Amino acid sequence: MGILLQTIVAGLLKGGLYALIGIGMTLIMGVMGIINLAHGQMMMVAMYIAYVLNTMGVDPYFSLLVAMPTLFLLGVLIQKYLLNPLIKVDTILPENQVLMTVGIGMVLTEVIRFIFKSDYKYVTTSYSSATFFLGGISFNVPLTIAFFIALAFTAAMFWFLIKTDLGRSIRATAQDKDAATLMGINTGRITVVTMGLGAALVAAAGCLLAPVYYIFPDLGGPFTAKAFVITILGGLGSTVGAILGGITLGMAESLGATYLGMEYEDIVGLAIFVAVLLFLPGGFKRLTKV
Amino acid sequence: MAYFKVEKLVKYFGGLAAVNGVSFEVQKGEIFGIIGPNGCGKTTTFNMISGVFPPTSGKVIYQGKEIQGMKSHKICHLGVGRTFQVVKPLGRMSVLDNVTAAAFSRVNTIREAREVAEKTIDFCGLAPVADVLAKALPIAGRKRLEITRAMATRPDLLLLDETAAGLNPTELLEAIELIRKIRGNGTTVIIIEHIMHLIMTLSDRIHAINFGQSVAEGTPKEVAANPQVIEAYLGKDYA
Amino acid sequence: MKKTPVAAIVAVAALALLPLVLADNYFLHLLILFLIWVIIGSSWNIMAGYTGQVSFGHAAFFGTGAYTAGLFVMHGGFSAWWGMAFGGVAAMLLGLPFGAICFPLRGAYFALASLALNLILMHLATIAERFTGGMQGIMIMPTFVSKVPYYYITLGMAVATLVVVQSIIRSKWGYYFVSIREDQDAAESLGIDTNRYKNVSLAVSAFFTGTAGALYMNYMGFIDPHVVFSLHDYSVMAILVAIVGGVGTIYGPAVGAFIMVGLQELFRSGFFGLFKYLGDRTGSETFTQAMEVVQHAHVLVFGILVVVVILFLPNGIVGDWGKIRKSVFRSKPAA
Ligand SMILES: Nc1ncnc2c1ncn2[C@@H]1O[C@H](COP(=O)(O)OP(=O)(O)OP(=O)(O)O)[C@@H](O)[C@H]1O
Ligand SMILES: [Mg+2]
Repeated sequence: MGILLQTIVAGLLKGGLYALIGIGMTLIMGVMGIINLAHGQMMMVAMYIAYVLNTMGVDPYFSLLVAMPTLFLLGVLIQKYLLNPLIKVDTILPENQVLMTVGIGMVLTEVIRFIFKSDYKYVTTSYSSATFFLGGISFNVPLTIAFFIALAFTAAMFWFLIKTDLGRSIRATAQDKDAATLMGINTGRITVVTMGLGAALVAAAGCLLAPVYYIFPDLGGPFTAKAFVITILGGLGSTVGAILGGITLGMAESLGATYLGMEYEDIVGLAIFVAVLLFLPGGFKRLTKV
Repeated sequence: MAYFKVEKLVKYFGGLAAVNGVSFEVQKGEIFGIIGPNGCGKTTTFNMISGVFPPTSGKVIYQGKEIQGMKSHKICHLGVGRTFQVVKPLGRMSVLDNVTAAAFSRVNTIREAREVAEKTIDFCGLAPVADVLAKALPIAGRKRLEITRAMATRPDLLLLDETAAGLNPTELLEAIELIRKIRGNGTTVIIIEHIMHLIMTLSDRIHAINFGQSVAEGTPKEVAANPQVIEAYLGKDYA
Repeated sequence: MKKTPVAAIVAVAALALLPLVLADNYFLHLLILFLIWVIIGSSWNIMAGYTGQVSFGHAAFFGTGAYTAGLFVMHGGFSAWWGMAFGGVAAMLLGLPFGAICFPLRGAYFALASLALNLILMHLATIAERFTGGMQGIMIMPTFVSKVPYYYITLGMAVATLVVVQSIIRSKWGYYFVSIREDQDAAESLGIDTNRYKNVSLAVSAFFTGTAGALYMNYMGFIDPHVVFSLHDYSVMAILVAIVGGVGTIYGPAVGAFIMVGLQELFRSGFFGLFKYLGDRTGSETFTQAMEVVQHAHVLVFGILVVVVILFLPNGIVGDWGKIRKSVFRSKPAA
């Protein structure tokens, strides 16, 4: 019983971070209609920013303030100069935007490898492995902090999407691009902003993860895979779904690692993906309808 | 037994009824017109008949067989062909290849399919542009390609969805002539059209829909004089 | 859709005669890799380029074929050549239920699910140690010492693949595939069972890719999960081979395979040993370092290539040949 609770808590904390990763991805999915297969790689870049700043003595939570704007800019540039031009290109493959993100992911990974080599880096903080106990269950301090910051970002994102004009334009574009264009929304600009936001959110997740994870160039791929499992699980384009999906994935991984063995941690997500495809195509969105 | 009929067709999208009780019967060999204001559910009716999606409720009966809910490709093989209001050319294929692809629904070898395609293209008057890529055709050509392609599947019943919209007066005359020729060939035609002149001249009978429901049916003259139809088209004040 | 060009026949004849003149092992090795990529690229192309169903995980089929061959040896001590008969079938048996599930879900589902399938198989092959040898992989004794027999077998298979692909494309199936790619609703209305023909296309594609995998096992003598189920080295490379050469063209993947295998080797070998040679000659450290950089840069170059090709040559060298000719020979009028 103790182990189960412990596992669930660990999964929940991780799930909060996954939700943050998933929201960025699902926003992009909703507005652009594409899966961003460079999502995890963007997070990886943010983690290296946190790492570099950490070697200069900056706390990873403060590196958020650098990593998020930087990644926002990176997202904007990618969307503006690499993805949006493709809309006008006449080509046989409809997925060429997705292919492009694959290429971008490869470039990001290799550029980072070029600069930092392949070996593991650690962001060391005084609290990296600190824990506190609550009712007999241990809470990892950085993960708990990360969970609450992730929660705050998620809430802020919702406020932004619902209350601000820009946020409403983003939602309108996600619902019906043509209608949004007719209503006078500059959808080109919206896609650029959305990609920036998605990148900034995943950058936040990266910085929050940095104190508890080892950093290496190839970690992007697995996280891209997680992000898309979350998105599929939540239903393509659904923000609420992404949160549910993130938490579900975090829990499932945690349970899988505890009860099946560590080597099953990664395959659990993929198994969920298959299950969703088989039994709930459309994901949680089908159930929640948002 | 009616050649073709739909019974109390209903289609909901989410909570909204796009079609809410449409029933009509079509006799073999006639040209049957469907009219109604924008968004009244005409295309949705065609989509249910041709199997793009199943009706929420109601029946589609073709030659005594219930076909509602069947897949599009099956319905095509039963002999029901259709065109799309928003044209769907196979863009990177030539006109000839577009029609050849359709012809394969009845024959298996490429030689036979080519032959059927060429004949159909001649019949429909697209021969001069047979080698042009479909995406390079102007709108009139695309509309005609829709008809030609559907004809190459050798339909017994042909559904035409606004194939005359956007045509100039000369093209319009050609379209009328073509539809007559198709009927002359023994094909039954159901046609949706906003252009009153065209539908009035062509149709043997007309069925009017408003807000997803059948509101009137009869010869062109009868329907044109029907107060509900006038109201639907021109607003209450004119009725 | 056109006749087989004379150039293709000449190329095959030249390739067939090549070992008689030039029996250099290194050279033959590169040609074998090139031919394997012709098979994989053409297979990917028939599904993605012609039918419009993009797979991000073709390594799933390649690896399945390779493991089928390897497992024949590992369990029961059969010859790995049995894999040539069954590797393709195994890949097809994997593909069919997969397609049956994913194709009815339109949109990006298939592409994403193929990626997931790829990852799942990689994990499974790693975890199921007893059955697959896990991370250790499978090692077999090569049948031939010389590369010449492998070369001819691969050449035969590549030609067979191209011939089959070409005849499919020129038949009813080909028309159906392209119709599905161009517009699914229209295709359905013309009597095409789109789900079924997507599956047919997937089956053909998986079959040839699986056979290529079995061939790889026989030729290289060693596989492990991260080699044959590699996203970058197979799934992405398959896409690159096809798009660089030209998706939806018969010979595009062959052209793409030539360029990509050439490029890969160019970087792997440090410009075919140029840097090493210069380093040895001048005794300068710089060249040795430059070589290391170049050797590590090949994935980076591939990434950049994806970006550049999609931006500027989305239909590949064969597909955009008109555009290329115009910009290179701008001054001359079209011949
Ligand atoms: N796939 C769909 N999903 C949701 N709503 C739909 C769908 N197809 C049609 N509708 C809605 O159903 C209603 C009827 O549309 P339909 O296209 O059948 O009208 P129509 O009579 O063909 O109009 P028009 O004369 O403009 O072609 C419209 O309000 C439309 O927005
Ligand atoms: Mg309509």
